[in-house]
Amino acid sequence: MINWKVILNIAKTHLLTKIKQTATAALGVTFGIGAYITLVCFMTGLNAMLDDLILNVTPHIHIFNEIEPSKKQPVDLYGELQNTFNVVHSIKPKQSQKRIHNALPIMNYLNKDPQVRGAIPQIKEQIFYIAGSIELGGNLTGIDVLQEVELFNFKDYIVQGTPEDLKNNDNGILLGAGVAEKMSLAVGDRVQISTIKGDIFPLKIVGIYQSGIADIDNIQSFANVKTVQRILGQAENYITDINVKLHNIEYAIPLAQKIEQQFKLKAIDIKTANAQFETGTTIRNLITYSVSITLLIVAGFGIYNILNMLIYEKMNDIAILKATGFSGKDVQLIFMSQAMIIGLVGGILGLLIGLGLSHFIGSLPFETEALPTITTYPINHNPNFYMIGITFAMVSTFLAGFLPSRKAKKIDPVRIIRGQ
Amino acid sequence: METVLEAKNINKYFKKPVLFHVLKDISFKINRGEFSSIMGKSGCGKSTLLYILSTMDTDYEGALYLNNELVTGQARENLSYIRNKHIGFVFQFHYLLSEFSVLENVMLPAKKLGERTVAEIEHHAIEKLRILEIDHLAKKRASRISGGEKQRVAIARALINDPSIIMGDEPTGNLDSYNSDNVFNIFKQLSDEQGLSLLVVTHDIDFANKTDRIIEMGDGRIIG
Repeated sequence: MINWKVILNIAKTHLLTKIKQTATAALGVTFGIGAYITLVCFMTGLNAMLDDLILNVTPHIHIFNEIEPSKKQPVDLYGELQNTFNVVHSIKPKQSQKRIHNALPIMNYLNKDPQVRGAIPQIKEQIFYIAGSIELGGNLTGIDVLQEVELFNFKDYIVQGTPEDLKNNDNGILLGAGVAEKMSLAVGDRVQISTIKGDIFPLKIVGIYQSGIADIDNIQSFANVKTVQRILGQAENYITDINVKLHNIEYAIPLAQKIEQQFKLKAIDIKTANAQFETGTTIRNLITYSVSITLLIVAGFGIYNILNMLIYEKMNDIAILKATGFSGKDVQLIFMSQAMIIGLVGGILGLLIGLGLSHFIGSLPFETEALPTITTYPINHNPNFYMIGITFAMVSTFLAGFLPSRKAKKIDPVRIIRGQ
Repeated sequence: METVLEAKNINKYFKKPVLFHVLKDISFKINRGEFSSIMGKSGCGKSTLLYILSTMDTDYEGALYLNNELVTGQARENLSYIRNKHIGFVFQFHYLLSEFSVLENVMLPAKKLGERTVAEIEHHAIEKLRILEIDHLAKKRASRISGGEKQRVAIARALINDPSIIMGDEPTGNLDSYNSDNVFNIFKQLSDEQGLSLLVVTHDIDFANKTDRIIEMGDGRIIG
């Protein structure tokens, strides 16, 4: 039978009479855990921000009609040459349309899938911006602006004007910040758009778009789907791209494969398109955890050291406890519980310090041109980190306490008592 | 007479540094209420014998019975329980837990045993301290009292679980004659008034002569 009350009482007395050593050991854990929490909150916050920068604007699945040469050339269809070795030089892609055939029914079909948050249309077109004598090449994308706002945080990138301004204006354009700067244009001004075919349309600037990536801002502008269809002289079912956002990103790969097979279209999933971001995230997490674990190992050695010393100091006490009927296991539990108390107190203090520090970092101003929506350093307050932190603290102190306490368990009281 | 402790053919060897036969075929009985002492010169094995009898040393040949129950070969956990409940210890050096108060030191074995509530244990402990006339020290730290007082606290601690037998390893060896007499008188009183069995290892001939029975040892054997 283990009498916890007695054991904990002895452990408590030992710890309190050696308060300085106890505090040193606990502070080791506190700093380890505090640093872990701060690091992991800051690092994952940064990760999330960097990922959001790309992933928010990137559809989970991007469906379009790729121009590529036919896999089956006419010669393959000709029966008499079936078992011969045919060489076809200079294959060119077949004349085909850029638009997605049957785009509206495909969108309807995708929107019915319970895994899909939304499938929305886009029309991408190469154009020239003309203002006065300046001509600039660029891209004009026709969008359903309200759905873009809902699914892809589009509003964050409109630095002047509102999405509704675009929605309500059939001749409106959301001009890229780089374009606007180069051409000295501001909201309310007019810009002329020339299509590849040479048709010129005047559009009113209702807002400025800034993604934070200069290469995009220098060429990209947005207008309503209908506006672009009108500029191109196309019907309402003219759609070149479908962007799909899912509830669960893991579903992107199988769905993309399914779409490719079913509709004979190109479907790129986000994982394939942005593999390098996952690598970056993994490496940053690796750094965070290796630093934290190093700190905790150092703290663990501190605890090991202090408990070892304590056990040498308490040799006589251990002998007398054993002589008066405490078993080796009881003695081990006394020292183990000391280690665990140090771990728990140090760990909880560490969590509080981590909480405080990460809130402090989260309140520091962090303003950058590239990220218009971010004003302070990004911090990710995930309760899981605190769970991991306290578990870390308990496990490392357990390991640090285990060896010294086992030594205490094995001490032979006769040798101590007779050795005096 | 009822037997409290019985040793049958106990042999013990020290294996290091060279093989040495310390205890040679030791057999004897202690009856209930008997105040015995083990006498002998240094190195004759009397302390070694006491630690075997105390169940702390398990590395021996032969059989040991406590209250007619075989103790030899029992698991360590059980031996701890037996020490806790049936055996009280008084050592030459006082071995109190210096960070605890006198009262806590006395209460500790009873708390470990856990047969009574803390309030009962405390009452009991103060009772024991009163018998030994040191109840005024109850709240003092164990490190702040004199040597003679410490030894009396150790006796109170040995008594707390009302053991079958009290064992002492030179309990007066480190005390002046005044305190030494005092400790002897306490033992004598406990033996006479409460019928407690005592087994004390000593080389103080005056102390031994006053006990009921002297077991004399020489060269690992009982010689008288």
